[in-house]
Amino acid sequence: MARRENPEINAGSMADIAFLLLIFFLVTTTMNVDSGVSKKLSEKPPEDYVPPIIKEKNIFEVNINRDNDLLVEGDRMEIKDLKDAAMAFIDNGGGDGKIDEGVATGPCTYCKGAKSTSSSDHPNKAIISVQSDRGTEYGTYLKVQNELIRAYSELRNRLSKERYGIPFPELEESYKDDRSNESLKKKVEDIKTSYPEIISDAEPTSN
Amino acid sequence: MSKFRKKKKGMPAVNTASLPDIVFMLLFFFMVTTTMRETELQIENPRLPNATEVKKLEHKSLVSTIYVGKSKDPKYGASYNRIQLNDKIATADDVPAFIINERSKVSEAEVPFMTTSIKADKESNVGTIIDIRLKLRDVNALKISYSASKGASN
Repeated sequence: MARRENPEINAGSMADIAFLLLIFFLVTTTMNVDSGVSKKLSEKPPEDYVPPIIKEKNIFEVNINRDNDLLVEGDRMEIKDLKDAAMAFIDNGGGDGKIDEGVATGPCTYCKGAKSTSSSDHPNKAIISVQSDRGTEYGTYLKVQNELIRAYSELRNRLSKERYGIPFPELEESYKDDRSNESLKKKVEDIKTSYPEIISDAEPTSN
Repeated sequence: MSKFRKKKKGMPAVNTASLPDIVFMLLFFFMVTTTMRETELQIENPRLPNATEVKKLEHKSLVSTIYVGKSKDPKYGASYNRIQLNDKIATADDVPAFIINERSKVSEAEVPFMTTSIKADKESNVGTIIDIRLKLRDVNALKISYSASKGASN
């Protein structure tokens, strides 16, 4: 009996099949990770809610009209100048901080601002109010929000470097990796309460 | 002369036996990284604004997405203010029902961590976004993320 050799399976077309699948996945793949500017909305106020009285100087007013122009504290401004203006306002430190659960926070010791009496008292009193028109473009609105958040993160970063010697994003990152670390938590909270992000959205104008 | 003729013997064929392996490797890479889009877009793919202070959205299952942009179907008009929930065009009034429906998909303990991602086109109006936001506040969905691509804002 002649020994027959096992016929080999032709694998030449394997590459073609794999290529076909590969191209299918290449086309259907979306690599982008979802990312965005995160915000926390305020809770719905109760019916009988009376808004607290806030001193004019502690409010930084930003208006965006429907032609996407910016009016900041009564003056026209370009978006690129907004961050510095907001930083100057937040970091002014011209007075005493708010009284938190009976404990006065006193004057701002870490502020490096002009300490002007006509600007904000303390970062925890400084409120940024953004009012936009219903017709404002969303792109502009988000740019403004982004600049304001940038102002806060720059200030937090500065303070974090001063107090703990590392940039704030890194501090936050290391806390995220190790949530049980109390000292890291305290540091993050400390920076966050030193410069609390208070950006409020006013009712939009509609015409 | 024979010396020259020898060269004409032809090149040995390149061994392509490992080609399938390479291709398979690439294939697996793409298979693993692929995320299939769950809902079909009824609006034109929104041109997201750029921002520098973006945060990555974690826990995909806890994110509900609202799209805002221009409808592909011309019967809804050409404005950039159409809202898409799931896979149909809706109005801001449908947002609470959408959120409650999304909530029913996750366990109760995770509800406070749910985030609403708003994917809106650059040219959408703030009015539309604010309408959505007011509705979100009504149902206590307070964590939102304005979807943006990372990059220089100016």
